Amino acid sequence: MRFMGIFGKKRDRVGTSAELDLPVADEAVEQALKNFRQSVLAWSEAEFGRTRAAEKTVRQRSWRLAAGWALSVALVAGSVSGGVYDHHRQAEMARAAAAARAVQQQRATAERLAREDDQDLLAKVDSDVSKEVPSAMEPLAQLMAEDDIR
Amino acid sequence: MAGAAADELAAVKLETATQEFSNIVTTHRPQIFRFLLASTRDVDLAETLTQECFLKAHRNWSSFRGESSAMTWLMRIAINLQKDHWRNRRMQFWRHTRTNAVDLDEASDWLPSGERTAEQRILAKEQVSQVWRAVKGLSERQRTVFMLRYVEEQELGEIARATGLSEGTVKAHLSRAVGRVRAELGGKR
Repeated sequence: MRFMGIFGKKRDRVGTSAELDLPVADEAVEQALKNFRQSVLAWSEAEFGRTRAAEKTVRQRSWRLAAGWALSVALVAGSVSGGVYDHHRQAEMARAAAAARAVQQQRATAERLAREDDQDLLAKVDSDVSKEVPSAMEPLAQLMAEDDIR
Repeated sequence: MAGAAADELAAVKLETATQEFSNIVTTHRPQIFRFLLASTRDVDLAETLTQECFLKAHRNWSSFRGESSAMTWLMRIAINLQKDHWRNRRMQFWRHTRTNAVDLDEASDWLPSGERTAEQRILAKEQVSQVWRAVKGLSERQRTVFMLRYVEEQELGEIARATGLSEGTVKAHLSRAVGRVRAELGGKR
């Protein structure tokens, strides 16, 4: 039989119920119990032989564990450096945006000042122009000026 | 002079005991492993408990008086370890998960090839599967007694000594276990 190795030393037969003075089990039960025993013996013998090679499995597991750790560390380092880089980039962008806003404000101020200068100049020209009246109207202008003084 | 002789004698005794224990391990380890595997359906757990069993036996080897056979003594240790394992609250996690225990169908796949026809093999596999189902429904004590009788083929007296039960109780447990198997196979309990 297949399992006659280290497991085959005992008798290869389950004692009948009658021999044991147990409640009588029918033939089908006896046969099922016999098959069950043979199955357990075959399984046990296969696993018992396999467990002796456990060292290799453990070593493979430890390699896998080490690889897993290395990968995890790399992932964490990548995530952290990515986060730092992203933060740095955002700060740079914010600085550039602030500088652009400042330049824009300066430009707007300069434009406003230039516009105000132009308006003042135009107003001055207008007033100068309005003061210079044709000679035909000079007497009337003098009268108006005297009225203003009074 | 006398001291040296005593030392030599002690060394010889120790060597003899070590050799004896080594033989015990070689002879009985497969059986203990098989019993634990059948009881737990978990290869890793069976291997661990087998190691623990022999470690415990080695520590207590000097106190073994040979009142029972070494196998009975080892089996008693194995049964207690198994009991402790399931009852230990620190092992609660294992009790809930039991991820390593193979399912009943997988356990039933193991059959010696022998000289059977395909039909006989299918029938045998079905029977084995039914017995596993019946075993699953047994109490811890019934299962232990059942395995000792129908897998390890121990006599009632040996089972009684290994489990610490009376022969009558062992017989009662066996009777219930066989009744369950019969019921699972389709007969009357």
